[in-house]
Amino acid sequence: MTPTLRGVKVLLRNPRREIEMAGPVRVKKLLETLGINPETVLVIRNDTLVTHDERLEEPDTIEIRPVISGG
Amino acid sequence: MKCRRCKAPALIDVRRHNAAFCADCFVHHCQEQVRRAIDAFDMIAPGDRVLMAVSGGKDSLGAWELLVDLGYETDGLYLGLGIGDYSDASGRYTRDFAAARGLKLTEIDIPAEHGFNIETAAATVRRPPCGACGLSKRHLFNQAALDGGYDVVATGHNLDDEAAVLFGNVLRWDAEYLGRQYPVLPASPGFVRKVKPLVRLSEREMAAYCVIRGIDYIVEECPMAEGNRHLAYKEALNTLEQKSPGAKANFLFSFLERGHARFAGDAERERAELTPCTVCGSPTTGEVCAFCRMSERARGSGR
Repeated sequence: MTPTLRGVKVLLRNPRREIEMAGPVRVKKLLETLGINPETVLVIRNDTLVTHDERLEEPDTIEIRPVISGG
Repeated sequence: MKCRRCKAPALIDVRRHNAAFCADCFVHHCQEQVRRAIDAFDMIAPGDRVLMAVSGGKDSLGAWELLVDLGYETDGLYLGLGIGDYSDASGRYTRDFAAARGLKLTEIDIPAEHGFNIETAAATVRRPPCGACGLSKRHLFNQAALDGGYDVVATGHNLDDEAAVLFGNVLRWDAEYLGRQYPVLPASPGFVRKVKPLVRLSEREMAAYCVIRGIDYIVEECPMAEGNRHLAYKEALNTLEQKSPGAKANFLFSFLERGHARFAGDAERERAELTPCTVCGSPTTGEVCAFCRMSERARGSGR
């Protein structure tokens, strides 16, 4: 089930949707909670990449961008 | 995390290398990986004219910039595949990229110039869309390179692509395909040299490169690729990679170093048997090449 707590805004793609996660939370933990393999995405905050140990907190808005293409 | 090279705050971690990098050092890392690939496999000689196969995606646009920045004379070729909004958007990203950097871009629109689109072609020959797309790309990029006097066609195939293809070839133990799978395919009568300069960079590294360099690319997946086998292989390999960083690179490079030579004879025998297509002149195993057969049937289907 998709978490709906208020906090860090998370933009997901394919399909495009937005959810909120409780913060503060490390990138690694956030991906784990969402069941996303960190090898398959980039995490971007304000047009800047963030590493897996970065702490996210309200009012951060992040994009989880998939990097896998099927061609 | 700190950058491995300069100790500044890092933006991207690469677990395979047990390293993290700041923006500048990551760009340097990508350039070094491409340089090492080109040198190790003798991909491009000084003075070679390179034709980069571009799609509007992260890999081909990133590779084009990397080759140009490394000093290679590289023009782009974009194929319009006729996949609705997806093709419209990917064409725009490609044109914008080339225009912003003053690079030469040639376009071939398959529906306009060849009278079919990928969906139609796939349906008429009962192949998966990605098979029809790959066949069209291989044929048209090679032909354009020959016509334009280019020495090399470069493609944006990255480490993940190559590991996934190898995975599929091994699952079937397809000796001919295993013999053909190499980061450089030498020129032969009717074929220009084909190279894969991103073979040492993962998909995630290429996406990060584009974000850091401000390269706008099409993020959305091709609608035709949804659910294809290649994606399933990538998913399996990324599950292994998460447990064991470096697994994909080990799988691919161990094959290239120790396994490929055992299959190379199968591919060479196949190439030796090729004769010119009676329609277009491209080398083929039959009378008419697969691209001409497919395009004739797709045009004839009237779809």
